[in-house]
Amino acid sequence: MTYPAVRLLPSRRGCWSAMTLLRASALCLGIGAVLPVPDAQANAASGVLSVVAPWEVSSLDPARHGYVFTRLQIAETLVDADRAGALAPGLAERWQADAAGLAWTLTLRAGVVFHDGTPMTADAVVKALRIAAAKPGPLASVPLESIAADGPQTVVIRLKEPFSPLLATLAGTANQILAPASYAADGAVTQVIGTGPFRLEEVKPPQSLSAVRFDRYWGRPAGVEKLSYLAAGRGETRAMMAESGDADVVYTLDPASRQRLSRNPAVTVQALPLPRTVSVKVNSGDPVLSDVRVRRALAVAVDRGNIATGLLREPGSAAGQMFPPGTGDWTLADGLPLRADPAQASALLAEAGWTRGGDGLLVRDGQPLKLALRTFPDRPELPVIATALQAQWREIGVDVSVSVGNSGDVPAGHRDGTLQLALMARSFGLVPDPLVTALQDFGPGGGDWGAMNWSSPAMEQALTALKRGTDTAALPGLRQSVSKILLAEMPVIPVSWYQQTVAVSKQVTGLTLDPYERSYRLSEVSWVR
Amino acid sequence: MGPLIGSPLVRLLLARVGQGVLVALMVGLLTFILVRALPGDMAYRIAAGRYGFDWVSTTAADAVRHDLGLDQPAPLALLAWIWDLLRFDLGQSLVTGRTVAEELSHQFGQSVLLAAWAAGLSLLIGPPLGVLAGLRPGRLVDRGLLLVAVLMRSVPPFAIGAVLILVLAVQARLLPAAGYGTPAHAVLPALTLALCLAAVSARVSRDAVMTVSGSAYYGFGRTKGLGGSLLFWRHGLRNAAVPVLTYFGVQFVALVEGMVVIETLFAWPGIGHALVHAIVARDVPMIQGAALTMGLFVVAMNTVIDVVCHLLDPRGEPS
Repeated sequence: MTYPAVRLLPSRRGCWSAMTLLRASALCLGIGAVLPVPDAQANAASGVLSVVAPWEVSSLDPARHGYVFTRLQIAETLVDADRAGALAPGLAERWQADAAGLAWTLTLRAGVVFHDGTPMTADAVVKALRIAAAKPGPLASVPLESIAADGPQTVVIRLKEPFSPLLATLAGTANQILAPASYAADGAVTQVIGTGPFRLEEVKPPQSLSAVRFDRYWGRPAGVEKLSYLAAGRGETRAMMAESGDADVVYTLDPASRQRLSRNPAVTVQALPLPRTVSVKVNSGDPVLSDVRVRRALAVAVDRGNIATGLLREPGSAAGQMFPPGTGDWTLADGLPLRADPAQASALLAEAGWTRGGDGLLVRDGQPLKLALRTFPDRPELPVIATALQAQWREIGVDVSVSVGNSGDVPAGHRDGTLQLALMARSFGLVPDPLVTALQDFGPGGGDWGAMNWSSPAMEQALTALKRGTDTAALPGLRQSVSKILLAEMPVIPVSWYQQTVAVSKQVTGLTLDPYERSYRLSEVSWVR
Repeated sequence: MGPLIGSPLVRLLLARVGQGVLVALMVGLLTFILVRALPGDMAYRIAAGRYGFDWVSTTAADAVRHDLGLDQPAPLALLAWIWDLLRFDLGQSLVTGRTVAEELSHQFGQSVLLAAWAAGLSLLIGPPLGVLAGLRPGRLVDRGLLLVAVLMRSVPPFAIGAVLILVLAVQARLLPAAGYGTPAHAVLPALTLALCLAAVSARVSRDAVMTVSGSAYYGFGRTKGLGGSLLFWRHGLRNAAVPVLTYFGVQFVALVEGMVVIETLFAWPGIGHALVHAIVARDVPMIQGAALTMGLFVVAMNTVIDVVCHLLDPRGEPS
């Protein structure tokens, strides 16, 4: 290494600068030692509930990151979900559909005011819903005819055809009701003026926001005065914030941290299954994968039990079917075996004409069985599970290449037909009725995040009847038949289910988890005195 | 005007301004070409960034394509960016819809804050230790420092940060583990970055001090009877400072690199974090804005270092 030439300099000034520098350093260190340090005790004393989760607040728009504002109970929807996940009155107190199921009349709760003090009127609700319907989101898939106010407290939604999950769709976080002043002329959301027990005080995209108790809330007032929310992308960071007492409530723990935190005396850990399924989307139009025997062989060759215990460290998360427990009639008594069955897989592949070549890989008519699987890193376990699947399928002679890209590559590959397999984490709880997701995913031809080039007349019939929803007695049987068809035809291969996890400081009490993760229910939380 | 332009300081500043303009143009052009050259459909990437992976769909991508006019020919879009830049308009984020200037002002401010803390701390740690080692080369302090420096440089900043959180936040409860907002929040991320920087600056200082203390003028000072510390303060420090500061300028690039990782670990809303997200989401105006800001920041910091070096050693380079 070479440095610029150094020669003797006049020295007095240099001496003075060095001393100043040293004095300045000593001063800095001194300041560092007396900095204020927040911790759980301090949080309790200051009355600020510190909440940490992975979700960034990049946008105020309900269609984009609206779930953050409903989870933090700043904004609310017309229809709510209760503890069991069943639909319950929200900002709408009651509703009524006409006999044909084409006109829904919703009566708004009286006495609700927005955070800016204006009353929640039918006109305000209509404006919010019309803006939501024009953006990508659950309302866009509803066959809407019109949304109109009928008097100050009544909203009438007219449909082109019956759509039984309308109420569940209205409970979707993208359909939150904001005050008219929240929107710019073009429908862009410029501020979040909701009706919830917490009022947004300040938002600093993309990482944090703070909210305070809204004293004119229509329901039970919040137990804490103020909350701060921080988005921390890394699981290790979140876990350490729970351990150090910096955060009172920390959502989404990685398996290793969860085990460590459950031994921590200052923290309690809660978990609840979520209706989200890690599954493999299969292109049933692919020359190889169009054979249902190949799809079934891939499905039974997956060692779900091993992935659940070894990778996810949650034995209960192995998924033998698409719909997780907690989705009621959608769940079957029996699904796929949780252990791999390579013998059955090999038998199915042999039936389909695939035989093992010299290198152990399957061959048919001189062509090797090679497949490409796409996945994305937004859920950190997906790439890991993808490599586990790659190894497990290699055992039965299937050569799968894995590419980790962007989540947008999956719908893009669906559209241009280049996709063969995709590992994804599909939620059946984006609105509190799995039917809405099922309609998108398993209708004719499939959907961006569901089946691909796959159609089943029986499935179409079942989904159409469920969508009409007129024969209520038949609904449980129809839901079961949807699950049975998926199990028999394997247009998507289930791998594992998700659990929502939270670490809660023992300084706070009253926290419960929501099976649809719509709300963090922080308004029910209070400090331990 | 003539003599002023001739002065080394002005020449230096003019050169740096020219460099800044060049950086701006190169950053704009390169990010533009690179993002366009990446495989995959931009509309889907942007839709994934906007709506999240639960809601990215062909409908959403088509809406994005329509909204943003992504079918516009590439050269036209580049010219539009340069024209906007000339009017100091960085455009709007394709993902959030807010202006890039708005997004960056918050995030860049946080990054500068972190960088300043880190640079300051590294100066307090690295050079003093380097001086100690350089004054007694081959002794225990020197050897020990070599070991620690190699260790700090070879362990990734992410791991150093995690260990610091475990020790100082989780175990000792002295500092907050992550987040931002109070000065205490800046200490751990800044310390992590500072340790990585100090590992190198300590070695550079040690070598500089060794060079100085082995020089003829230093020997002369000793001969004329100056004591150890007085000799160092008068003749050693300022001479050794020039290479250390020059290297410090080079380290700003490493600092910017380290910040990308550290900001994510400490949930610090900085520009490195923003840049990574923007690249994932193909948010071209944000990538251009963030890369431009970071590029100009490095040029500006190097200018400051040059000026300080010039003041420390006004004779300039020997011709």
